Amino acid sequence: MKDRGAFLFEIGCEEIPAGLLNKAASELKKLLEKHLSANGIFIEPLSTHSAPRRLAAMCSAVLLQQADERTEVLGPPKSVAFDNVGQPTRAAESFSEKQGIAMSNLYTTITPRGEYLAAARVIHGRPAREILAEVLPRVMHELTFPRSMYWTGKKGARFIRPVRWIVALLDGKPIPFEYEMVRSGNATEGHRFLGRSKIQVSGPKDYIEKLRRNFVLVDAAERRKKIEREIRSIVAKGKWRLHEDAGLLELVTYLNEYPTVIRGDFDAEYLELPPEVTVTVMRDHQKYFAVENRRAEIESHFLAVINLDKDRAGLVRQGHQKVLRARLADAQFFWQADQKRRLADYIEKLAHITFESRLGSYRDKTERMRHLARKIAGNWFDSGIHSADVGAADRAAQLSKCDLATEMVREFTELQGVMGGLYARVQGEDEEVVWAIYEHYKPVGTEDSIPRNLTGCAVSIADKLDSLVACFGVGIIPSGSSDPFALRRAASGIVQILLERGIPFSLSAAVSASAQALKANPPKIELGTEAEKQVLDFIGDRAKYLLREKYGFAYDEVNAAMAAGADDLVDVRNRVVALKAIRHSKNFAPLAIAFRRIRKILEKAGPDGGRGGSVNLELLRLTAERDLHREGRELAERAGKHKRAGEYKEALEAISELRPTVDRFFEDVLVMDKDESIRRNRLALLAGLLKEFSTIADFSEMVAEEK
Amino acid sequence: MNPRSIAAGKLKKNMRSVTSQRKQQGLSFQAVIFALQNYWSDQGCIVQQPYDVEVGAGTMHPETFFRVLGPDPYRVVYVQPSRRPADGRYGENPNRLYKHSQLQVILKPSPTDVQALYLNSLRVLGIDLKQHDIRFEEDNWESPTLGAWGVGWQVLLDGLEITQFTYFQQSGGMDLDPVSCELTYGLERIAAFLQGVDSVFQLRWSSTSSYGDIRLAEEQQFSVYSFEWADAKRTREMFDLCEKEAKAILARRERPTAGMAGKQEAPILAAYDFCLKCSHLFNVLDSRGAISTTERATLIARVRALSCEVARDYCAIHGWGESAAESGDTKQGAMRQVHR
Repeated sequence: MKDRGAFLFEIGCEEIPAGLLNKAASELKKLLEKHLSANGIFIEPLSTHSAPRRLAAMCSAVLLQQADERTEVLGPPKSVAFDNVGQPTRAAESFSEKQGIAMSNLYTTITPRGEYLAAARVIHGRPAREILAEVLPRVMHELTFPRSMYWTGKKGARFIRPVRWIVALLDGKPIPFEYEMVRSGNATEGHRFLGRSKIQVSGPKDYIEKLRRNFVLVDAAERRKKIEREIRSIVAKGKWRLHEDAGLLELVTYLNEYPTVIRGDFDAEYLELPPEVTVTVMRDHQKYFAVENRRAEIESHFLAVINLDKDRAGLVRQGHQKVLRARLADAQFFWQADQKRRLADYIEKLAHITFESRLGSYRDKTERMRHLARKIAGNWFDSGIHSADVGAADRAAQLSKCDLATEMVREFTELQGVMGGLYARVQGEDEEVVWAIYEHYKPVGTEDSIPRNLTGCAVSIADKLDSLVACFGVGIIPSGSSDPFALRRAASGIVQILLERGIPFSLSAAVSASAQALKANPPKIELGTEAEKQVLDFIGDRAKYLLREKYGFAYDEVNAAMAAGADDLVDVRNRVVALKAIRHSKNFAPLAIAFRRIRKILEKAGPDGGRGGSVNLELLRLTAERDLHREGRELAERAGKHKRAGEYKEALEAISELRPTVDRFFEDVLVMDKDESIRRNRLALLAGLLKEFSTIADFSEMVAEEK
Repeated sequence: MNPRSIAAGKLKKNMRSVTSQRKQQGLSFQAVIFALQNYWSDQGCIVQQPYDVEVGAGTMHPETFFRVLGPDPYRVVYVQPSRRPADGRYGENPNRLYKHSQLQVILKPSPTDVQALYLNSLRVLGIDLKQHDIRFEEDNWESPTLGAWGVGWQVLLDGLEITQFTYFQQSGGMDLDPVSCELTYGLERIAAFLQGVDSVFQLRWSSTSSYGDIRLAEEQQFSVYSFEWADAKRTREMFDLCEKEAKAILARRERPTAGMAGKQEAPILAAYDFCLKCSHLFNVLDSRGAISTTERATLIARVRALSCEVARDYCAIHGWGESAAESGDTKQGAMRQVHR
């Protein structure tokens, strides 16, 4: 008999938001696999697909029938179950009754504890169809979406959009169930306007093909390929190239069931607009691709992805062109109207734009940023970086937020910074200032680049640090998924700038300066030392995360280096690099173990276990302890020299040389001597050693390699 | 910003391009209204009239605000002239208006074929759906002053936003059960699309008059008023007065109970009118540039407090108190929380 059959499941919906489809499909896969395997019918991998009006899952084979399950139930011991003539006793009979199995079908079985009466029970496997009829509605229920809705009523189901049909087939036949008044069946729907509305399918085999014939490409990869192919062909014809936009490509792939690319044109007069603006207008409102010529200049054409097989009468193209024309005309108006005043004149308007109700306006923020940006650039200059320009940092910070009050940025918020830079350039600001304004929101993610010039770095750090300090000051602290001011991203941004620029920076000094600015300027909030520490820890956590995930260091290397000081992240990284280089050397790993041992001994000894005390040379009786003391001091001196020169690897190598002496010490010396003065002296020796050698990295954080 | 300067030159250019358009393309503005009203009337909608208090959107009409509350089925269609003082452009911008016209449809409960019903209404307007790129793109709607929000789409026709399509989830701060569908057509845009004109003022309103003939003076005057003449102090006083009146109505009567509907003690419909007036006065203040961002949030919260109290009382009077709406929301409801 046939024991397996193909499985097809499709949830037909009203248009699901494009950004959620891919994730929903992978969640559907996970949930189905979980339930199918929990029920023992999962044998072949599932694949899932999504298009605006459907989520689909399919599988070439699942078991049609759950396997029977055999179990054995033990009854009384044989000695109790049968009397001395071999007749069943009362106990045996009651077991037989309880199990509902006749005495003659019971048997005895030998267990480690002796021979027992036993009954074999068989739990018959259920048909997969029956199981799936329970599992599928459950899976629909378990799918999660960021913002779901109800549509029949409050007692009804919640889903991302109303569910309108369901296809559920096993081995060609329906899996019957009902979800929110929709009965599952074998009929799917084609393209809203081009396809048939009732299409009978028999399983995964004809599903994709039948939908394709009805103008639905259910496989996102196929849709993407079609879009890419058509873009290539149009672009080649015009001898252009595409203004690449991976995010947009992803979006239009999931916005259409049958994507087709058409070309549209716009008036060349709009090419006078900055290309940043033209591209944003096209992408943002209209989801069009821009095209460029060989010199990477925007051409007056666009590519729209429409949800049709073709633009039959050219009406679609006409319509899109008309809408774009109105949008570009608006943008052109904004571009001109915004320039009727100087960028600096917008500062007053910033007083009316709230940053946060308790933290005042963007004008207040600008003042704080100026203070901080000057300080940062000044510190860099003082530490010998002569390209740091305090005047430019101040000017860029002053103008950085002005574009928030412009019409263009109010309409296209993602052009913040960019517009400020463009307006600054038109108005003849220094290029250093222009780029600093243009890029001061960078980096906007862990993959983004940092501002190209030092002034931009200073303004960017000032902006982000001010947001962190000010928000922490009024208790806005990110927790879980709630981070409305994107403070995690701000902290990561600071870390990325410092590490990628490789520039000296004291985080604690900067946080203090930021706290001062918050106190000296509106809202004049005083940040406690506790809150300052919270900010530092928060940035420290992001630094740890980035050092691990972005820069590829091991977590114990990062923790060890950070534990020895986390104020200057470039310095931290230098120490992590040294640690990574030396951790596998002959002496280092055992030494790290020894240091962990020292820390444990000190912890056990309690709070006054020699801490703070100085070593009394007279009391060092044994050679091994005298050696450790002497050599410890010598090596500390050598390591210190290297450290001051920034030669962390050499410093760590010097420290590693201590290993044989430490080993001998532990072989020959019992730290916890009966004599209190000797014990205290030995503890002081170890404490001093640990302190001396933990300034580059706290070795006790290092995790031993498993051999 | 003084919007007077906007797009004067652009308008002239559009004038030129429009003369080349075919003269009689597409339905007239009023024919669009007739067609949609007839269509929705055939779908069982009451044909209502615009509300006679200034509102910013068709949602604020009592035929939406109150009818979506409670369990009773309802279907209604009406045109609602909607005033958005800040969007006024002295009649000089081809697309932006102080007052535009929304055609609003409420279908309660939401029918399972609501999208098909909607798309048929476009066919009625003469739009061949196979010849155009029509899509439903996510757009969740929210009205902070009404304590209302919903989930849905904006409907795009060849890239042009023509309708807001919403499954109402909450209004006046009350969970809605059953769910109503709200379809809001932007009439000027649709008519401009059908007629192929670039400026709303060039729309044919009827066979004899253009949209500009009928409405231009109004656009100009109200733009002048709300951007330049509106007296911020007096407008604020009017806001305070209207709020006071609404609060007085809401405070004077006893705690409403079921069965009080229509009784003298609870003229909460009047309280709602004053709430609407507050909302409009707030918009006037806003366009006058008289509101700082912080104050803005406070004023919105004041209007929302009124609308939510009105909605609560309205439900209480009809015996659909919040507890009634909440009841039955037992274990299954708790499990659904996962999806939120």
